[in-house]
Amino acid sequence: MTIMTYRQALHDTLRAEMLRDDSVFLMGEEIGVFEGSYKITAGLLKEFGEKRVRDTPIAEEGFAGAAIGAAMLGLRPVIEMMTINFSMLALDQIINHAAKIYGMFGGQASVPLVIRTPGGGGQQLGATHSQNIELFYAFVPGMKVVAPSTPADAKALLLAAIRDDDPVLFLENLALYNTKGEVPDADVPAEIGRAAVTRPGKDLTLIGYSRMAHVAAEVAASLAETDGLDIEVVDLRSLRPLDRETIVASVKKTHAAVVLEDDWLTYGIGAEVAASISDGAFDYLDAPVRRVAMAEVPMPYSKTLETAALPSRDDVTAAIRQTLAAIGHRTAPLALGVPQS
Amino acid sequence: MIEIKMPRLSDTMEEGAISTWRKQPGDKVAVGDVLVEIETDKAVMEYEAYQAGTLAEILIPEGRNADIGAPIALLDDGAGSPAPAATAAPAEKAAAERSQPALVANTDSAAPAPAPAGTASPQPGASADGHANGGSRQIASPLVRKLVRENHLDLSHVTGSGPGGRIIRADIAGLLSPPAAASAPPVAGVPGDVQTAAGPTATAPAAEVSAVPGPPVAGTTAPQGDDVRGSHEAPVSQVRRVIARRLSASAREIPHFYVTAAADAQALMDLRATLNAQLTDGGRAKISVNDLLIRACALALREHPDVNVSYGGDESSVMLIHDRVNIGVAVAAESGLIVPVIPDADTKTVTQLGAEARKLVALAGERKLTPAQTSGGTFTISNLGMYGVEHFTAIINPPESAILAVGATTREPTVVGDALEPRYRLRYTLSVDHRVIDGALAAKFLRTLTSLVEHPWMIIA
Repeated sequence: MTIMTYRQALHDTLRAEMLRDDSVFLMGEEIGVFEGSYKITAGLLKEFGEKRVRDTPIAEEGFAGAAIGAAMLGLRPVIEMMTINFSMLALDQIINHAAKIYGMFGGQASVPLVIRTPGGGGQQLGATHSQNIELFYAFVPGMKVVAPSTPADAKALLLAAIRDDDPVLFLENLALYNTKGEVPDADVPAEIGRAAVTRPGKDLTLIGYSRMAHVAAEVAASLAETDGLDIEVVDLRSLRPLDRETIVASVKKTHAAVVLEDDWLTYGIGAEVAASISDGAFDYLDAPVRRVAMAEVPMPYSKTLETAALPSRDDVTAAIRQTLAAIGHRTAPLALGVPQS
Repeated sequence: MIEIKMPRLSDTMEEGAISTWRKQPGDKVAVGDVLVEIETDKAVMEYEAYQAGTLAEILIPEGRNADIGAPIALLDDGAGSPAPAATAAPAEKAAAERSQPALVANTDSAAPAPAPAGTASPQPGASADGHANGGSRQIASPLVRKLVRENHLDLSHVTGSGPGGRIIRADIAGLLSPPAAASAPPVAGVPGDVQTAAGPTATAPAAEVSAVPGPPVAGTTAPQGDDVRGSHEAPVSQVRRVIARRLSASAREIPHFYVTAAADAQALMDLRATLNAQLTDGGRAKISVNDLLIRACALALREHPDVNVSYGGDESSVMLIHDRVNIGVAVAAESGLIVPVIPDADTKTVTQLGAEARKLVALAGERKLTPAQTSGGTFTISNLGMYGVEHFTAIINPPESAILAVGATTREPTVVGDALEPRYRLRYTLSVDHRVIDGALAAKFLRTLTSLVEHPWMIIA
């Protein structure tokens, strides 16, 4: 075990995979000479040379298409979209080509492509650069979407993504790059499509992924301390395939769930999770599933408004208290999130 | 118009008394406002409004009782049509249920939505899912409906405490009998509170709760005041009635037998004196003989888990052996006997036990104990030593199987070698349920307890 940042775990894993497998190479904007907008690829151009670490023009559709071709012919490209917002320029390549080729052409060619890209707001980057649109990709059969929330998962899931034969959108998060955690020294890939119960509990299931899995863990720990609550936290880790089994098993145990997401509420990932709970654990629910998501606005630039738009720890705590109040678990001395008139 | 109904506030509650109305007719009521204080068998509890509106009428005045589910007040939510049937105060169950659907539409949106028009007439032939009376649909969580199906429960007398009156699992905990929980299905992680089911042993608590408790029958059996004895009538409090019912059932149904032992408590008193001197120097609270006995009993129960059990009833092929040692401490509160429970007493230090016991006794005095704090016990200690009682016998607190009655610790002439020496002596009597515990086991338990009292370092070791 080594304690390192999420950023370092990504960097070290990319480097290890490039050393292990000659067919792994990197493409993206400013990843070489500038070493990446978020410095994930620092030092790699120097170490591996221009053939395997390629700076591209500002042309997402172009380099995504080139990577798909390379993948079809046996290479394992890992491309970086500077933020997930820019991946929309390559939507046609990703959705109509990367996700379809294996199925449409009778399995003649698979597309072992990894698209690394950070999502996340909160950095005052404005409405067009602060979105969480992983849903676009999680919606599409033929794609895999993973979203690590810890340095250890960043490593294990990146190993799995690079070694997987299907296109994988690898969702990073701007707010997580500097978070630290223990990372195993051995290169053991995660199983894509498996959620993790990161904190066992019996009072309520709190579900999140990426930054919100992090928030979930913090809120659960803090409520354990202040209110003696025993909250189970499920980190989805993979949005497609979605691990419904783990979600349902947890809710069957706790009888109540709150789902967290950084994207918008309407039609969001949380809606799919809530529907899965209704399908698999209806008879075990003692209260409706609640969701906590971003405000339904284009992200404001103003710091105050941006903070208000993003789901906060207080929002999560209020949703938990409301849900627990609805099942008669009245431990909280405070008002139950009901507006006092 | 919404009917506010007498809620179920504890597992063993069958009716409640209105202690104080905190809102008066004409007062505005917001969601979360305290409407009324209700005296249950265990405590006085505040009851909050789940809907907003104006309090229109109080149906049950302060000091009067009402069955669970009976209307106690009318709340005007602006939906008009005052429910005519409801003005007849006593429990009209059918009428009570009729107004339910109107409440439900707005359960989860915090804002009080206007009720749909035409709620005054009940919908005939609507779904009767999981509830016996035809007519309107009773709102219950999916989990409750599943438990109702599996355990053949009747929800018609259960009042929902969830949003909008939804019946939630906590509301039916009292209907789930211990044997059902033992043999029943995959709802893991709940056995703890299931055992707190009402009533002694397993005499179908479901029936006990759903049986319509008729109005108290005046005359026939009630005692009459008379001049010969110079007597007058005094009200029997809610707490007293529950004590009467539960202890009668225990004494009637449990074949009690009693085993008494005396321990040389000199070492225990010496240890306590030494500890207290040092605790006081350190600015910490002192410990009592009772605190030491709680821990000693917890350790003895660990050693004899067969005493930490509950009989499952004559119809049941299983009894429950409890892995947790939760010790009840009988408290003589002003309102009557109450037994708060210290959970997992075997895992706590004497100081912790003392602090917890003091807190519970204080809460009992203020009638602020929550149902959770008075349920889940597996063994009870009743100590009358402070009144100078030499020894006595206690009635078992079901569904537990044993209770320890503790007398005073007094200096007595004791034979040491060939001489008489004044030493402290302590007597206690274990009451035991002979259906699950035999005499030899009770004796072995007391031998362990006596050994701990006489070698008290083992209690704190």
